[in-house]
Order: sequence, then structure tokens, then C-alpha cells
Amino acid sequence: MSYFEFLGQYGDRIFSGTLITMALTVLSALLAVAIAVAAGLMRMAPNMAVRGLATVYIEIFRGTSLLVQLYWIFFVLPLFGITLEKFTAGFVAVGMNLGAYGAELVRGAILSVPKGQWEAALALNMSPAKRMIRVILPQAVLIMLPSWGNLLIELLKGTALVALISVADLMFQVKQINGTTFLSAQTFGTALIIYYVLARFMITPFMRWLERVMMRKMGRA
Amino acid sequence: MFDWRWDFTFQILPRLIVATGNTLLAAGLGYAIAVVLGLALVLAQRTPFRPLTVVVREAVEFIRSTPLVLQIFFVFYVGPQFGIRLSPWTAGMIAIGLHYAAYLSEVYRGGLECVPKGQWEAAKSLNLSTARTYFRVILPQALPPSLAGMGNYLVGIFKDTPMLSVIGVAELMHTANAIGSETYRFLEPFTLVGIIFLCISLPTAALIRLFEAWVRRKLGMG
Repeated sequence: MSYFEFLGQYGDRIFSGTLITMALTVLSALLAVAIAVAAGLMRMAPNMAVRGLATVYIEIFRGTSLLVQLYWIFFVLPLFGITLEKFTAGFVAVGMNLGAYGAELVRGAILSVPKGQWEAALALNMSPAKRMIRVILPQAVLIMLPSWGNLLIELLKGTALVALISVADLMFQVKQINGTTFLSAQTFGTALIIYYVLARFMITPFMRWLERVMMRKMGRA
Repeated sequence: MFDWRWDFTFQILPRLIVATGNTLLAAGLGYAIAVVLGLALVLAQRTPFRPLTVVVREAVEFIRSTPLVLQIFFVFYVGPQFGIRLSPWTAGMIAIGLHYAAYLSEVYRGGLECVPKGQWEAAKSLNLSTARTYFRVILPQALPPSLAGMGNYLVGIFKDTPMLSVIGVAELMHTANAIGSETYRFLEPFTLVGIIFLCISLPTAALIRLFEAWVRRKLGMG
């Protein structure tokens, strides 16, 4: 079978898998950003209990494997009465894992906003919330955006693991097709190229665009 | 709902500990491959031979932006299609070693860029050969700035070894899965796997920080 016949026959399954992978990526990215901001800010809270909670969360999710977390959420959590549908379990696990890595980026970026900015906000009598939202965070976003680009690629790669709990993403589809046709080079090769294209020609340009937009908004373009 | 069984825990613990040995072995072997191969990848990108530089650069970029689990499948299943049968261990070590070699080559690149240009000029004026310049002058100085990244990826490769379970390498996750499907109990094996990972990766990360500080002090870099 030529490669084009192969694509003709299995192209739609690969395509539907790619769509699921993209949906998973978007959903887990949103979750990861939300968790990262929350946990990153909590890491710097004056209250020790709040700080401790965020630290424990970050260390647990960074100290174990994504695959372990995924299996735990999918197989063990139901024993505690929380049953997640596999698609949900998949993006929640990826989002929570990458959110823990993101939290450190958020913290690092906030700490690297120049001290004068904090003092200026204080001198203008801004409330702590307003200072954070209007002055510190926008500058921190600009600092951490390049690192988020790398993190989002890690996240895309992480979504491939959800195939192991049978979410019908790209990885799962090519695994199935390989199981029936044994055309491993074609199936896995195609998937490798699709992941590469998603990372290099969608995520990277999107992040570059976001950086440019943020720069302009901050008047630094 | 919450019924943690201690007798079951102690019954499966020895099996999990044996599997932890395999996990550590896989991580160690994979890392050894990655450290050496990563150096080859970064040096290949610095040769004056343009086609080689471009190809290696793109290959590193490609490996870094595609999922490791897919690469493991690719290496394991594509071989037999062309008549090369690889054992799960061999395929797994090739895949994980190559994947991390790509990451480490970027770490080395960063380290090499930290070496001041004057060092190259000094080596040239002393008439040192290229190999001698690299091994006696440049690489020793590129090492300290690379250590942090190298340490992170050592912990990283350890945490990625569970992916080898998909092709049947009998490491920790594979064993926990097997116990789960034999006994229909997932709570204890999966939770223990998580705890074992934490018990190894957190102290390792801390030790790496200490080691890094020690090397810096030794080399008089503050």
C-alpha cells in the first residue's frame, strides 16, 4: 500500500484524533494557566498555611510522573467517590501537572519585576490587589511569556499520554491503526510529523504573536 | 470508600521495590546515553560543514517537539517492519536516550555559549588542536553553567521512565499496573508508585543543588 492510499484510508481517523489532541491541548492549557497563577500567587502569600498548601501541591505534581498522576486520577480517584470521564480525567491530569511547573514560572516572573515598581505602586496608595493586577502581573506576563511557549509544547506532548486511558486522541488513533495494519513507519511517522507541525507551526507562532501583542499593550514595541 | 489495606501494601511492597531497581537502571542507562550523545549532537552543530549543522539542528528540534511516548512506540515497532527486532529494553533505551540527548544538547549549547571568546583565541594562539581546545579548555569551563540543566534532566528522565511500560519494560509503573490487573486493587499500587517517585525525586533534586554549589565553590566561581 502506498503512503497516499494509506492516508486515503485512515486519514479521517488521524484527522479526528488530531482534533481531539488540539481540544485537549487547549483545555489543559487553560486549566494549567489558571492553576499556575493561583498556585504561583499562593506560594508568595504572607499566610504560612496558604504558602504550605501551594508548596505541597507543586512538589507533588513536579516530583512524580504525569503518567502516574494520570493513572491515579483515572483509576484511584473513583474509589474516593470522584469519577471523571476519561476525556476529563485526561485534560485535568495534564493541566494539573503542567500547572505546577507553570506556578514556578509565575513566581519567578513576579519576583523579577523590578522592586521600584512595587514601591511606586505603594507610593500611589494602590491596594495590594490593584497593585498586583494593574502593575505587577502585566509586567510579569511579559517576562514569562517566552518560557510559557516551551511549557505549552511540553503540554502538547503530555496530552499524548491520555491515549493510555483510551481517550481517542491522535496517539490513540495511530496506535489502533498500527494494531490492525502493522504499518508502523506510516502510522507513527505521520503522528510524529503532525505533533511537530502543531508544536512548531501553531504553538510557537501563536506565542510569538501573543508576545508581540503584549509588548504593544505595554508600550514597549 | 476509603479502604487502604496495610497487609496488601506490605505484600506488594517487595515487588514494587524490585521494580524500582529497574526504573533506576533504565533512568541511569538512558541518562548515560543522553549525556554522551547530547555532546555529539552539540558538537555536530558546531562543525563548519553546513549541511550537517542544519540537519542535526532540525533533528534536535524535531525530537524536542514530539511526544516521548510516541517516539518509544516508533522505535519499538518500526524496527520489525524492516526486519530489525529490538527488545523492549533496547528500544526503550534508544528512544529515551535520544530524546534526552536532544534536551541535553541544548543545555550544553547554553554552557558553551557562556565560555568567553578570549578562551578560544588563547587556545588558538597556543597552537592547540581543535580536539585539545575542546577537551582541555572549553568543555571544562562549559560544564559548571550546564550543571543545573543537566541535573533537572536527570530528574526528568527518571520521571519519564514510566512511559517505557507501554512497550513492556518491567519498571515501576508496569509492575503496579500488573498488580492492579491481577488483584483489581489500584489504590495501593498506584499510590505507592507516587510515593516512591516522590521519595526519590525530591531528595535527588536537593542533592543536585548541593552538588552544583560544591562544584562552583571548587572551581572558584562563587
